[in-house]
This record gives sequence, C-alpha cells and structure tokens, in this order.
Amino acid sequence: MERHFEKDLNEMKERLLWMGSLAERAVHQSVHAVLDTDEQLAKRVLDEEDAINELQMEIDDRVVQLLALHQLMATDLRFVLAVSRINNDLERIGDQAVNIAQGALRILRHPRVKPYVDLPRMSELTEEMVRNALNAVVRRDVELAQSVLATDDQVDHYRDQIFRELLTYMMGDSSVVFPAFELILVAKNLERIGDHATNIAEDVIYLVQGQDIRHNVVDRR
Amino acid sequence: MSVNIPPIATSAAAKETSAALAMRMSISKVNFFYGAKQVLFDINMGIATNKVTSLIGPSGCGKSTLLRTLNRMHETVRGARLEGEILLDGQNILRQDVTAHRRRVGMVFQRPNPFPKSIFDNVAYGLRINGSKLPISEAVEKSLRHAALWDEVKDHLHKSAYELSGGQQQRLCIARALAVEPEVLLLDEPCSALDPISTAKIEELLVQLKDLCTIVTVTHNMQQAARISDFTAFLLIGQLIEFSPTPQLFTTPGDPRTEAYITGRFG
Amino acid sequence: MNARLRWRKFVSGFMLAMTGVCALVSVSVLFLILGYLVYHGGTSISWNFFTKLPAPVGETGGGMANAIIGSGKLLLLAALIGVPVGFFGAIYLAEFSGSTTAFVVRYAADLLNGVPSIVIGIFAYSLVVLPFKHFSTLSGGFALGLMMIPITLRSTEEFLRSVPNALREASMALGASKWKTISSVIVPAAYRGILTAVLLAFARVAGETAPLLFTAFGNRFWSQGWNQPTAALPEMIYRYAISPYDDWHRQAWAAGLVLLGLILIINIVARAILSRGIAVPRT
Repeated sequence: MERHFEKDLNEMKERLLWMGSLAERAVHQSVHAVLDTDEQLAKRVLDEEDAINELQMEIDDRVVQLLALHQLMATDLRFVLAVSRINNDLERIGDQAVNIAQGALRILRHPRVKPYVDLPRMSELTEEMVRNALNAVVRRDVELAQSVLATDDQVDHYRDQIFRELLTYMMGDSSVVFPAFELILVAKNLERIGDHATNIAEDVIYLVQGQDIRHNVVDRR
Repeated sequence: MSVNIPPIATSAAAKETSAALAMRMSISKVNFFYGAKQVLFDINMGIATNKVTSLIGPSGCGKSTLLRTLNRMHETVRGARLEGEILLDGQNILRQDVTAHRRRVGMVFQRPNPFPKSIFDNVAYGLRINGSKLPISEAVEKSLRHAALWDEVKDHLHKSAYELSGGQQQRLCIARALAVEPEVLLLDEPCSALDPISTAKIEELLVQLKDLCTIVTVTHNMQQAARISDFTAFLLIGQLIEFSPTPQLFTTPGDPRTEAYITGRFG
Repeated sequence: MNARLRWRKFVSGFMLAMTGVCALVSVSVLFLILGYLVYHGGTSISWNFFTKLPAPVGETGGGMANAIIGSGKLLLLAALIGVPVGFFGAIYLAEFSGSTTAFVVRYAADLLNGVPSIVIGIFAYSLVVLPFKHFSTLSGGFALGLMMIPITLRSTEEFLRSVPNALREASMALGASKWKTISSVIVPAAYRGILTAVLLAFARVAGETAPLLFTAFGNRFWSQGWNQPTAALPEMIYRYAISPYDDWHRQAWAAGLVLLGLILIINIVARAILSRGIAVPRT
C-alpha cells in the first residue's frame, strides 16, 4: 500500500540529487579554473555557491518535517538520516570547491609553476569519486560505494606526491612559493572533497545494510 | 548569474498562509455548557476548505464536544447549551434546520455503528431519507468506491453489514456518511477501535478524501494527527491553546503546554 | 481435617442438595400438570372436540368449537387494543419522555399489571356491558386488551432501550428526524424482541378466566358478531369442571390440555425468535 509520505520522501531525494549535481559541477568547474587558468569559470563557481547552501537548508527542513510528522521505521528512517548526513557532506564539497576557485583567482596573475601532470589526474579521480558516490545513493549500490572507499587511498597518495614535488620547487626558487603554495592548498581541498565523497559512500552502506562503518578501517576491505 | 533551483510542486501546507485559504467553517467565541458546568471556553478557529484539520489534546479537554457542535449533535443531550457562533459558508448553523444541516456536515463515530441492515441498505439509508440526484444503486457504488470498499463488497451488497470486519465496517460508515455528499466530514477518533493495518488504510483514505470534502478529526493519537492533517488544534481543559499548520505545531510549537504534550512530558 | 472443616463441607453439600431439589421440584410441577392433563384429557381430544358445538346438557359427545373460535375472537380484539397502545406507549417511554414522566408511566403500568384480573373484569363490565345492556365479545376483548397493555408496554420498552445508542446517533448524524430514526432503525433493530413481547402477552391473557365470567359470559352456541356473549376456553373449563357430568369433566381436562399446549407453543416460538438474536453490532 502506498503511503502519502512516500511523496515527501521522493521530493526530498530529488532535491538531494539536484544538490549533488550542483556540487559535482562546482568541483569540475573550480578545478578547471585552476588547470585552464579560467577566471570566468572561477567566478561562476563563486556565484553558484548560494544555490547549494539554500538547498542544504531546504533539505534540512524536509528532514525535520519527515521525522516529526511520520514515524519512519527501518529503511525509511535510515534513508532520512543518511540524507541528513549526505546533505552536510555535499555542502562541504561545495565549500571546498569555492576554496579551490578562490585559489584559482589568486594564482591567475602568476605564471605556471610547472606543467600540471598529477593535479589533473587527481582531480579526475576526485570527480569520479563524487560522481560514483552520488550514483551509489541513487541506485543504493553498495559495491559502487565500496569502490569509492577504495579510491580514497589513491587520492591521498596523489596529494602527498604533489606536496613533495611542489615543496622541491619552492625550495629551489623562492619566487614560486606563492603560487606553489596555492597549488598545495588546491590539492588539499581536492583531498578533502575525496574524504567527503567517502563519507557519502559510508552513508550509502549504512542506508542499505544498516551497518555503521565509519571509523572502522577493517570493514572497508 | 546564479543558478536557479528548480521549484518543486510542494505538498507542504506550511507554505500556504491561513489568510490565503478559504474557510469552510468558522467557530467564533464559542462557549459550551453541560448544565451549569462549562466545558469549552472562548473557542475561535477556522476550518479550512478541502484540508484535514485535527483536534488533539488529553482526555477530557473538550475536543469531542467541540467536534459535536459542528453538526449540532450536542442537541441530542439534555442540558447542553452552546453560546457563540458557528458558521458554515458564512451562515450560522444554529439557525438552520437541523436535519438539513446534518446532511451538509456528516459524522463518523469512534466505534463502527452500521445499521442492522444489508451493506447496500446502510449506504442507501441517507439517500432514501434525503433524496438523491443519482439512482440509488449508482450513488451507493460511488460512495463505496470513495470509501475504498467497493472491490471488497461489490459481490456481497446484500449481506448483513455485521459480517464485515471492524475496519471494513468503519469504511462502510464512511461510505454511508459520504453518500449524502456532505461538505464537511467529521470523524471522532475513527481508528481508535481498529487494528494498525485498518488504521493505515483509513488514514490514507482520509488524505485522499480531502479533495472531496473538508475533513475534521478528533484523535487522542497525536502521531495520527501528525501523519495526516494539514492543520492541528491543541486543546486543554476546554481551551484552544494552539492552532497552526501541522508541520509547524509538531516541530516548533508556540506554547510550552503544546510542547509538553507532544513530547509526552505532559502530566 | 478438623471438625470445623468437616462441618463446612457438610453444610456446603447439604445446601447444594437442597437447592438442587428445589430446582427439580419447580421443573417437575410443570411436567406433573402436563402429565395430569394428558392422562385425563388426552382421550377426549378428537376431531369432534375441535369442530362440534357443546352437546345439550346430559348428552355425551359434542366439542368446544365455539369456545375455540370465541377465544380466538377475544384474543384478536385484545391484541387490537393492547398491542398498539402498548407499542406506541413504549416508543414514547423509550425515545421521547423525560425521566420523571417515564417513571410515572412505568409505575402506573406496573400497578395496572398487578390489578387482579377480576377487578379488570368488573371495570369492563361497568364500562361496556352496562351501557350496551348485554354481555359481549367486545367487553371480553376489552378486558383482555387492558391486561395486555402493561405487559406489551414494559417488554417493548425494554427491547427498544436495548438497541445501542450508537445506532440512534448514526441515524441522527445522517439528517434523519427522530421519528424516521425510530421507524427505520430502532424498531427494525428491536423487532424480534417486540414480537416476543407481544406473543408472551398473548400467552398470558389467553388463559385468563375471571374477567371473562361477566364480560364474555359464555355461550352454548355460536356467537354472532361482536356484541353477543361468547364462549371461551378458560370459561368453558370453569363451567364444565364444576358441573356434575363426567363427560364434561373429561372435556374440561381436554380443554385445559389444549390451552396449556397453546401457551407452551407460544412460549417456545417466542424463545426461538429471541434466540436468533437481537441486533447488536460486532465489536
């Protein structure tokens, strides 16, 4: 028997997915603002931040209402709780994208420190993590979620690599310290985005299996 | 240029303000007495058209009493006295012919009370008294469909109503009340005598029925009010403490007494 | 086991036996009477008994056809008077009256019920026999009707009251007037009980003799119309029983058997109707 609150659940899910697509786009645009030295793209990311924040507040409202008015149980309850957490992670992803965009604006005037090799690869991986995490939410796909968890190490590895490489450049030539530092920050932001995508993946596993695997390294394998 | 968030056709009644809503009934300055004892104190509220309004509150707060004034059932009790005004579509119901009024405002009771007649005759009862625009058998079918009972009884219309289960009997009572096409349907704790599955069926039914008529329910189960109603009124010892859109009343109630009641810390 | 306990056990057993014996005696009285009637009157039950008029004094044979018809006419008249008055009076009591009026009416009905039947007979005599200047079926039916009123009234009222109030509310909430509620819902719901009440009232007055003695008075021939004296079964039993003729005595036994049989059948039918259930919603 269909219950009338299912309509509200579906609406909430739709809003979350829309927010997810905005966050995905913010990541993509902000990274390419850095890689392609594109000022317009960076500014667009800053403009679109409000939409993501508004959606976060709207989704929180919906979560509160659903919990207060309908005595949700089992999967429905886990779903709403998962949405509440994913909501926050998506908003943080948006924030990180904004940070990257601001970094892009700051590096604009400086010449490129070095050809970007690892950064594009890292950003591709990160974007893929975000995309897969969101797909895992839609399809409630535990395997996809676990693949996101597995990719996190690679992203961390890239961050360390970029850090070491840029450190060498900074030690060799003090004039590149400022842009190089900004690039390190960009890498850090990307790594944080990866972590948030990981959180989303963990929430999907909680939603589907009822298992809370946060902070538990063993279960990730 | 910032991106536009696509709007969603929202079901949240909280988005609508009371001022914009049409009021099917309005209750003003109502005081109610059983003999010398006053049980309702200065009640003022409106019943919004085609919405579900729930009255909640602890036992003895007067919610059933208030409900019964809406179709003048209080007049069947000796010594009951009503002061104040109750309007239906702008007209004072206390000045209308009572039987005509009760056709416009129907009632379903706490315990299912079908007549000791066949299923068909139960639904047809109101039609036979009040007259019907459609042929009786068509009107009976229409009501039973609205009450989500037709498929279960269509081959047994001439069986006694008492052969139905409790949940079916209650839906039969709803069909019986709907047959005369009331503008408002009052339900006094309609699910309190039923099991959870029958309750769920009737709750879904009520949510659908509001397109057909305005609905007012009394329930001591406030979760039910939370689930199905658009507006909720909280009564305490005969006074109306709070009346707001349901999402608002259950998430951020204005009065501390309301909060105490809905969080279960009452008493 | 001490003495006190033994004593208590003895008292308990003794009382059980005593109450059992009394119950047995109550039941056996009925069977004794039946047995007596069958034994003494069974032989006189014949086709003649039901179809022939009483034979002239001293002759044997003959039957009680006129008494049977006479009883029938009297009961019909009694019903025409007693049932409507009792029925509508009960409706008033159950549905319309306030508690004071109801109390007064019920009390009066109970008193009327307690009035000795012979006094009712005298009342009917002065009211109907004297003005018309002769005994009649009319006066007999009137007397019996008066006796039926309180029985019908009280029983019908009980059955009307037993209809759950929820049904009244449901009907009123659909916009039915009070009278429509009564006629379409309450009475149909209580009809089994009401029918039973009427039948039991019948059974009660079918055997009344005293009032008939100076209203219907008796008749050795067919009674024409309603204004002539008529024979009735209980009245015939009285006359035959105190007569000196053996044949008449036997016929009196037979009449008693027929009367008792009639009353038993009515009672059994009434119980059967009632056991099919008064309408009560399943909860």
